[in-house]
Amino acid sequence: MDYFLQQLVNGLTLGSVYGLIAIGYTMVYGIIGMINFAHGDVFMLSVFIALIVFVLISSLVGGLAIALALIIVLVCAMALTALWSWAIERVAYRPLRGSFRLAPLISAIGMSIFLVNFVQLVQGPRNKSLPPIMDGGFVIPVGSGNITLAYKQILIILTTAVLLAAFWFVVQKTSLGRAQRACEQDRKMASLLGIDVDRTISLTFVMGAALAAVAGVLFMVQYGVVNFSDGFVPGIKAFTAAVLGGIGSLPGAVIGGLLIGLIEVFWSAYFSIDYKDVAAFSILAVTLIFMPSGLLGKPDVEKV
Amino acid sequence: MAQSEDIGGVAAEPSASLDWPKALRDAGLLALFTLGLSFPILAFRTRQDLTQGLVLDPRWGLVATVVAIAFFARLGWLVFGGALTRGAAAGAARVSRALAPVKPYAWIFRYIVLALLAAYPFLAVLFTGTGGALKWIDNFGIQILIYVMLGWGLNIVVGLAGLLDLGYVAFYAVGAYSTALLSTHFGFSFWICLPLAGIFAAFWGIMLGFPVLRLRGDYLAIVTLAFGEIIRLVIINWVELTNGASGISGIPRPTFFGLPFNASDEGFAAFFGLQFTPLHRLFFLFYLILALALLTNWVTVRLRRLPIGRAWEALREDEIACRSLGIDTVITKLTAFSIGAMFGGFAGAFFAARLGFISPKSFEFMESAVILSIVVLGGMGSQIGVAIAAIVMIGGTELLRELTWLKAVFGPSFDPTQYRMLLFGMAMVAMMVWRPRGLISNREPSIVLHEKRAIGGDMVKEGHG
Repeated sequence: MDYFLQQLVNGLTLGSVYGLIAIGYTMVYGIIGMINFAHGDVFMLSVFIALIVFVLISSLVGGLAIALALIIVLVCAMALTALWSWAIERVAYRPLRGSFRLAPLISAIGMSIFLVNFVQLVQGPRNKSLPPIMDGGFVIPVGSGNITLAYKQILIILTTAVLLAAFWFVVQKTSLGRAQRACEQDRKMASLLGIDVDRTISLTFVMGAALAAVAGVLFMVQYGVVNFSDGFVPGIKAFTAAVLGGIGSLPGAVIGGLLIGLIEVFWSAYFSIDYKDVAAFSILAVTLIFMPSGLLGKPDVEKV
Repeated sequence: MAQSEDIGGVAAEPSASLDWPKALRDAGLLALFTLGLSFPILAFRTRQDLTQGLVLDPRWGLVATVVAIAFFARLGWLVFGGALTRGAAAGAARVSRALAPVKPYAWIFRYIVLALLAAYPFLAVLFTGTGGALKWIDNFGIQILIYVMLGWGLNIVVGLAGLLDLGYVAFYAVGAYSTALLSTHFGFSFWICLPLAGIFAAFWGIMLGFPVLRLRGDYLAIVTLAFGEIIRLVIINWVELTNGASGISGIPRPTFFGLPFNASDEGFAAFFGLQFTPLHRLFFLFYLILALALLTNWVTVRLRRLPIGRAWEALREDEIACRSLGIDTVITKLTAFSIGAMFGGFAGAFFAARLGFISPKSFEFMESAVILSIVVLGGMGSQIGVAIAAIVMIGGTELLRELTWLKAVFGPSFDPTQYRMLLFGMAMVAMMVWRPRGLISNREPSIVLHEKRAIGGDMVKEGHG
């Protein structure tokens, strides 16, 4: 029982990170119908940015409270990653709007290759690791054993919940969110009604990247190690989460993320750790083949 | 350095008279922007220190250079960009006018290219000597031809049938691993393994194609990517069969009608009374892959004229219309998948036998992306375009290894090969922005009513299927 609960906590933590990245995929797919293949690498870039800013802060002002330092890191990482994502959209995707359907996907693959190699070039190919940032946690006795609720796990789950609430509010209640949903339904009509479609799409990319940066900071806190190639697999898993939850749906992305996190953790705990990525990829394939609209997505109506 | 040029090349408004304050402000803004982009990631290089954990090495000089490049590139583009574009357009028009009288004789050109290809190894020896020719035949000739063949194989799936396949490397892997396993476990020779590898790959093409029949567009792309990764992960983890990440070595090399290419008395050189040199094997491998690639091309060109080829192209243009006209889309898609996969399998068999060693590292997603980008950059469906794209992309990145003179400019620690994939990614983005339809976007229709004329890339809407 305690083992099961421990894995549950671990799965929820991992799933939160996937869910945050998945929102970037789902929002972009919802609004322009493209798979932002470079999103996983934007996440990887944000981990690097967070890492550098964190080391910079702790070397400039030693003895800063860890909470304050993390908030500064979070804000910097969100801003800078959003700037990157804005630039990527501007350079690689906006000129292709209205082009044939595969062009943005291929451009995104090119951007992904570029980002991976850019980071490898400027930061070197080795793993970068930090000493543990946040140690300790609550130990809760359950039945015969204990489960450990690390502080960083609580931080991750809480941050995810708070940010999701904030973004949910933005999408549902603000005029930007209304514009986004309008563009999702009919871009041409939205532009006729005076919505700046390009700006809305850019802001969607910025929001997705900011959430990926949050995931990046949490990833840094949780694992403390990053490599230039760490974007691909989390990216694919987050995309799987987005598809599983129903692409285009914000709560779907989170639920999908949590499910993928849980499946991955339980699979490694009870079956085989070697095949955990195979499990994730198989879920992706099975979902797309048998349930392409996901758990909460709207079915895709084909008009002839 | 890289991203600044990317941004500098975007969206210039043609201006008759230059507005200097505006241009300066524009360039300054871009420079500021570049500074923002490069702030932590470029300005500090992280270094793992054994005692203190992570330390940062500031590199403000590099950042200043990049920002300056961004500023002046943008300013230069605003000043000269308009004239440059007009000049380029005029130049292109002049070239196409000059070529117009030669057009009817284009078929001669094909034979010239074929003759040059056939003579390539001899020319390499002639111009670069024995030592240099090893590199030119192996790194350039054989390497490029493998990608030409893979590109043509994938072209059947993507270019003709319009099914975006991001996991093509899986079939390459199936071909390579079936050759490796059959030859090391059962002692089959390369010439038995080659057709078997094609059959296995085609079989896997059907197996993987069957579940994805209902998917289209980018969902299909992602599922094929997932399949490709699953196959790679299984190869890595199934250590008893595949030896895992360390790969399989000792795969027997192809022989010339039973004559091995070695220095022994039964070898190729001894049999023909020649002096032994490693060049013989390279010559043989070059002609082998050339033949395989030409076979792929020939089969594709022939298939396009058969009902099945027409069905593929109809499927690419409009799946619903295709189904309404009574074409069996299941058979059409599966044949495209399996025939494309078969050529991937042949290429894989050649790859395994060429090096004598394979490992899962050669079959990563990046390879699929490279092959797909070759097909797309070449102009989907165009055979010659794919070949040109393979030469440019693979040959171009191989050429980077040769640019040793750059060391004199950037200092001895400068290594141009590091920039290989970086430039590859940038080229993919730039090509998509510049020519989303690929290099050769015009295409001759396969079937015509009255007269034959090329159709512009904008008229066809492939890639929806």
